[in-house]
Amino acid sequence: MTTLDIQAYRLSLPDTARPVLAGVDLTVGARETVALVGESGSGKSLTSRSVLGLLPAGARTEGTVRVNGEDVLTMAPEQLRRLRTSSAAMIFQDPRAAINPLRRIGDFLTESVRLNAGAAPAAATARAAEMLEAVGLTAAALRQYPGELSGGMLQRVMIAAALMGDPALILADEPTTALDVTTQAEVVALLGDLRTRFGTGLLFVTHDLGLAAAISDRVYVMYAGRIAETGPAEALFDRPRHPYTAALLNSTPRLEAPAGRLAAIEGRPPSLQEELVGCPFAPRCPLATFLCSQQAPALLPVAGEPARRVACHHSDRTGEGSVHA
Amino acid sequence: MTATLLRRPGLARIRTTRAPLQRLCLGFVALVVLAALLAPWLAPYDPNAVDLGNALAGPSADHLLGVDASGRDTLSRLLTGARTSLLGPLGVVAFSTLAGVAVGVAAAWRGGWLDSVLSRSTELVFAFPGMLLAILIVSVYGEGLLAPVIALAIAYLPYVSRLTRSLVLAERRRPYVEAYQVQGHSGLQICLRHVVPGIAPVVLAQSTVNFGYALIDLAGLSFLGLGVPALTPDWGRMVFDGQSAIQHGYPLSAILPCAAIVLTVVAFNVVGERWADQVARRDR
Amino acid sequence: MREAPMEAGPGPGTGTVTSPKGEPSMRKTVLEVLGLHRAYGSVQAVDDVSFTLAEGGSLGIVGESGSGKTTTARIVVGLESADSGRVLVHRRDRTEHRRGRAHRLARAREVQMVFQDPYLSLDPRTPVGAVLRETLRLHFPDGDHDRRIAELLEQVGLGTREAAALPRQLSGGQRQRVAIARALAVQPAVLVLDEAVAALDVSVQAQILNLLADIRDETGIGYLFITHDLGVVRCVTDEVIVMRRGKIVESGRTAEVLARPRHPYTRLLLDSVPRPGWDPRGIAEARRAL
Repeated sequence: MTTLDIQAYRLSLPDTARPVLAGVDLTVGARETVALVGESGSGKSLTSRSVLGLLPAGARTEGTVRVNGEDVLTMAPEQLRRLRTSSAAMIFQDPRAAINPLRRIGDFLTESVRLNAGAAPAAATARAAEMLEAVGLTAAALRQYPGELSGGMLQRVMIAAALMGDPALILADEPTTALDVTTQAEVVALLGDLRTRFGTGLLFVTHDLGLAAAISDRVYVMYAGRIAETGPAEALFDRPRHPYTAALLNSTPRLEAPAGRLAAIEGRPPSLQEELVGCPFAPRCPLATFLCSQQAPALLPVAGEPARRVACHHSDRTGEGSVHA
Repeated sequence: MTATLLRRPGLARIRTTRAPLQRLCLGFVALVVLAALLAPWLAPYDPNAVDLGNALAGPSADHLLGVDASGRDTLSRLLTGARTSLLGPLGVVAFSTLAGVAVGVAAAWRGGWLDSVLSRSTELVFAFPGMLLAILIVSVYGEGLLAPVIALAIAYLPYVSRLTRSLVLAERRRPYVEAYQVQGHSGLQICLRHVVPGIAPVVLAQSTVNFGYALIDLAGLSFLGLGVPALTPDWGRMVFDGQSAIQHGYPLSAILPCAAIVLTVVAFNVVGERWADQVARRDR
Repeated sequence: MREAPMEAGPGPGTGTVTSPKGEPSMRKTVLEVLGLHRAYGSVQAVDDVSFTLAEGGSLGIVGESGSGKTTTARIVVGLESADSGRVLVHRRDRTEHRRGRAHRLARAREVQMVFQDPYLSLDPRTPVGAVLRETLRLHFPDGDHDRRIAELLEQVGLGTREAAALPRQLSGGQRQRVAIARALAVQPAVLVLDEAVAALDVSVQAQILNLLADIRDETGIGYLFITHDLGVVRCVTDEVIVMRRGKIVESGRTAEVLARPRHPYTRLLLDSVPRPGWDPRGIAEARRAL
């Protein structure tokens, strides 16, 4: 069953020369962890926020974004509210910024179900305690204030809050970026446990290709508002088919790689003020030809690997000649 | 940088997000300033020329806005009065801004005992009504514009210094200030070249609002007969002189300066208010 | 397990990094930190930290938040003061704060710093060229500033077009280049980089790391690299010290420490770096056990 199904999703903003999202196709199945990888400005956060109907002012959309079969883009405000409180939940990057520091953890956890689902206070508190235990905290945290908890514990509270409405889908927007590396492992382990226990689908938005490969079933790589490449995490990490994925892997300082210069990608992503003709990565791509500057490649299946799709005219040549770590 | 200007309750309600009012007020401020600058050339009569035979005449081709109880031309007195009425607040604002910024920056930058001393002493001034202070000083020093201007400048100093202090405290927490320290720039250099220019728009917006208040206060003092010498044309003084005219049923010579005061104060408030809003939006 | 097994420490409590093996060990020492202590209330943020940095060398300080790595860096730079201990650059003590312009400028020429967030470490109102000119005027009042500004911008891969730009018109990577140029303008002996690439995108981060390597080759500046990212440490440092709760738990040649960590905490840090086949549950357990 598909929990999240995004089809040909385009999003345009006023004062930009090109659509911020230009035809995104993405699915997340039940119990599936899907990573959405991209650099800042690639549109990965906009995509995940769109799933909750959180659109920037003046946004115009095309295509469909379906959660449990219902299109978010055409929902009435009342339906959207129900979506956000029950079907889908979001975990933000900085838990300290997302929790009111003046309210107790218990208030924060129970507020949404009490106000929106009309749950009785006692039942809501009981559920909050249950969820806190599910994320590895104790019910004692209910009486505590956010300031008394560490960043890792607060992110657990955020996850508990996301679970309160028993959602089918959790959207995690860089949930571990603000945390220490050892804490990151704990939070990731927890998200993995919860997926098997509650059967939720997880869309994990991150800039870290290594993390994406380590935790997800499938990975989508985004560049300039389009999906550049998608496929099973391991295959994509071992044999990238899009030059951007390959370059991203090569430019990441890694422990296994030999010390010394990194294979940096020259230039920078296209700005929103430029119109894009052809492949958005062409100006930075070592394989780019005249065709790339003229015609945008479609996201097509890779020969011999049905689960993978890549948007590149030269996907058969990717990996040739480039230094492979 | 989000800054909250200090306002008096009555005028705090006059807020606007509509551009036309802002432009209208800016235009009015420009008009008043221009009138004050060009008064000697614009005024049709000597503002102090007494023509008792013509006293309390209504508007006519000769006297566009009529004459007062002593037969002086109201238009000429309004134009010339704009000079004193604007010059006084200008002095108040100039002095309170300079001194207030100096005090505020010193308190925020040095912190510690200096901050305590400066902050407590400005609060002491806050607790003392500015008008009372002005009356006290005028009664000691006698007539003249200087005494009330200095008194009000001291009374307005805490408004500026408190705002400056909070702005500098926020600004010095920004990492770029540390970057300059590491580069070897002295605290004074960093303050003068980076911190003060950074906070200047908000402080000047506060000073613009203060200008309006100072105008009211000075007009009030001259209405009471304090400060401005008797013969100098001044709006506050004109309202006082016009009292008897109102009793005789000729209100124009008193109402016009009143209107001038009110409109000018409102205009300065709106302009300062909008300015601060614009700065806040730009810095976001 | 709080007391660290030291790889080659001469005595308990010191974390002196020995001179690199195989390389001329007579390379002069540029930065020497001796027994730094700093407490905030009852928390020992920096607890007996000592290390040395060879001329033209690159030393990484690795740790998580609360490890004291940033406080150590800020003490070295002079933005914080130590409760006890000394920081020597070319055998001159920086910690005794003598007042006056000459001392201030001399201290600035010893150590410069590149901050984490390029969006906040530049004055939003000062154009790039003016940022550099200000520094040059302060330190080299008689120099040919226009030529030097062009040189510095070229050195960090920016053009004269960027000289007129305000920080907000530049990307994060470009701003960090400006911050590096500003630090280089002083011609310091040591450059402290406090998570200087953490806020950048991966592709931009690689550009900046390469740039930093080039600059070190050209100028022979010593780097003190503060980071939480072991991949970055591996890429740009010769030696590394690992800090935890204010103390140095391990130190040595970067390649050796990363290949054969001796302290369990270093091992935990290494295991925590996500990669395919990664076991987050095992790490979480190891963390709790430590």
